[in-house]
Amino acid sequence: MIAELGHYALVLALGLALVQACVPIVGARKNDPVLMAVAGPTAVGQFCFIAIAFAALTICYVRSDFSVVNVFENSHSAKPLIYKITGVWGNHEGSMLLWVLILSIFGALVALFGGNLPARLRANVLAVQSWIAVAFVLFILVTSNPFLRIPDAPFEGRDLNPILQDTGLAIHPPLLYLGYVGLSISFSFAIAALIDGRIDAAWARWVRPWTLLAWMFLTLGIAMGSYWAYYTLGWGGWWFWDPVENASFMPWLAATALLHSALVMEKRNALKIWTILLAILAFSLSLIGTFLVRSGVLTSVHAFATDPTRGVFILAILVLFIGGGLALFALRAPLLKQGGLFAPVSREGALVLNNLFLVSACATVFVGTLYPLALEALTGEKISVGAPFFNATFAPLFIPLLIAMPFGPLLAWKRGDLLGVAQRLIGAAGIAAITVAVIFAMEGGGGPILVPFAIGLALFVMAGAVTEIVERTGLLKVPFATAFARARGLPRSTWGGAFAHFGLGIVLLGVIGETQWSVERIAELKPGQTVSIRRYDLQFDGMTTRQGPNYRELAAHFIVRRHGEVIGVMEPAKRNFPSRGIATTETALMTRGFSQLYLSLGDPNPDGSLAVRLYYKPLVLLIWLGPIVMVIGGALSLSDRRLRVGAPKPARSKAALQPAE
Amino acid sequence: MTRKQRRLSLIGAALGVLALAVALVLGALKDSIVFFNSPTDVVEKQIKPGMRIRIGGLVKAGSVARGDSLAVRFEVTDGKSTVPVAYQGLLPDLFREGQGIVAEGALDPTGTFRADSVLAKHDETYMPKEVADALKKQGHWKDDYEKKVGAAPQGRAQ
Repeated sequence: MIAELGHYALVLALGLALVQACVPIVGARKNDPVLMAVAGPTAVGQFCFIAIAFAALTICYVRSDFSVVNVFENSHSAKPLIYKITGVWGNHEGSMLLWVLILSIFGALVALFGGNLPARLRANVLAVQSWIAVAFVLFILVTSNPFLRIPDAPFEGRDLNPILQDTGLAIHPPLLYLGYVGLSISFSFAIAALIDGRIDAAWARWVRPWTLLAWMFLTLGIAMGSYWAYYTLGWGGWWFWDPVENASFMPWLAATALLHSALVMEKRNALKIWTILLAILAFSLSLIGTFLVRSGVLTSVHAFATDPTRGVFILAILVLFIGGGLALFALRAPLLKQGGLFAPVSREGALVLNNLFLVSACATVFVGTLYPLALEALTGEKISVGAPFFNATFAPLFIPLLIAMPFGPLLAWKRGDLLGVAQRLIGAAGIAAITVAVIFAMEGGGGPILVPFAIGLALFVMAGAVTEIVERTGLLKVPFATAFARARGLPRSTWGGAFAHFGLGIVLLGVIGETQWSVERIAELKPGQTVSIRRYDLQFDGMTTRQGPNYRELAAHFIVRRHGEVIGVMEPAKRNFPSRGIATTETALMTRGFSQLYLSLGDPNPDGSLAVRLYYKPLVLLIWLGPIVMVIGGALSLSDRRLRVGAPKPARSKAALQPAE
Repeated sequence: MTRKQRRLSLIGAALGVLALAVALVLGALKDSIVFFNSPTDVVEKQIKPGMRIRIGGLVKAGSVARGDSLAVRFEVTDGKSTVPVAYQGLLPDLFREGQGIVAEGALDPTGTFRADSVLAKHDETYMPKEVADALKKQGHWKDDYEKKVGAAPQGRAQ
């Protein structure tokens, strides 16, 4: 009954979405306020029905109702409750349902908090949002219905893939989808502006908070996914340039570019066409990501789907929205009035440079991700494009971006003074130079020559972000109380930008520390034997077998000593899931400051010895701490009065958006 | 600066960065991509020793021999040809005889494949796509996945 209710709710949501997709557009055309007002309630209603469908599926999972195919295939009665709930989106059908749920959440949010938008823009945005909803709800109902029943219900389910039975599954996909799908709002705003044929600085002010929100979730989602891969796969890697990772990274790069170009548009009324194009591209990349992951074209853990009809359906959605979006862009963009010009050396110029590099970097990731697929489709030749490709393309494009980053915020709008900014950054450059020298001395000339410079660059980025705040508050020049008052008076978005840039510097520091100074030991140990890494000695103390809720676990005990002093124990394990006959490796982590000891098990040998893989990973935690700092920056910026969702609308923008007809 | 100069400088910068990106991509595509080969390809194409490739196939039953300090030798087969593989290190959880794997490395002059990574990134019902395709090509494809799904009450045709 519950499953049928969910199915029915989903069909009703489709009906409402169809209404929302057509009526408000007609209303906007005819300037009929009644028809336009249909958009709001239908968006909220659509969200409610999809939420009911999602809740119904969740109930089926919690009750272990194996008469539902989806539950039978992906759940088990002995599974802990949290994995029963997260298992809802640990499979193709359920994760698509989560996708449309989040899509409808964003639609409802615009309906509820978009009261300050001009009526026509709001109606068009919600209609475009609903086109996407129609396409994807139809996709679920036609090809991926999670509510199908089995005539004779089995007694037991086939269980969720054990690799997915992890708290990471509870956090990573929802965050990532909030980011991915959140970009649909920017897309809808862009399409709505193109339909209307007019756009101004106020448009950027409305679209920026939504993009920022999506960007924050995307940042967290990617970072969380990276940490999950790091501790769960047992290889110590945190980024594999896997197509699935790239699928989430490309929208992030595009969204980051969009945030910066929207800034130019909002402040200077320039780069309008470019910003619209970026908004379309950012969501297009989200759709491509969804296609890559959901269609099963990739060989990866994430590709649950092996059904080609789904791939073709998503491909059709992809072509429709990306092709349609770009066609509309080509048709309408020339009609938009271009904004003011600016000198190359200026804040705008720096932001354009940022966009150029971000988009180029994004394009190289795109080529690296899709080239193997295209080549295989055309010639049948199979290749793998891995880390060496991306290191050779992505890194050289990101380095100039990082060098230029501290300059941007210090340059003035319209016409900047590069020499003056360089003088103000002397402190930051000095810190970087000293770091380079110190690292050189520490490494004693050995090791790759680039490492000290890369660390110096990270420090330069971080010090540059601090410099901006110091400059703006006049700290060190004026009395502290004055500086403090000024700091409080600074726009929150200034703080946000500084935090985000600082966070990126932190990430860079972590990445270099981990990749260059990480130490690995592989050893075979008998009980009582010790393996050493850096200043740590790990003594293998024996194994125990434990029974978990739905697995048996072989745990190894290690006593960790530093300079002979016991500082803790590590217990890596191998888990065996009888329901699927699959073994997983549970790594043990010990955090020391920002660094970690990482221990994972190989197979026990017949002679009683145990193979282990041990890493010492310096500064590795910074890789995930950085994104958190970046997201704090995003939140600060979002709380800026100027950008706040629902902030009072400036009077002039109302006049500017009056229809011309 | 005139309007025209400003616009030109913008376009120049865009073209410059774009050219840089294209150059980097082309350079990297030439040097840093790795081709996938089945054991039959390895034999037929006479791949030169030292060239980085990936090979994929099934681990031949009875071929796994473990040596000292985590050295392991095994044979990868697609039913028609077989390539000996040498690897040192920890094998993935799902590595076992009869299981599909993908190994990356290079052939040595004796014709042994020196792998520096062995992947088995899939569960038991799922075979790496390259391996499945290679096996289908050789006519040795037993659709394990299909059988299992078919046994379920609501089988879905692939």
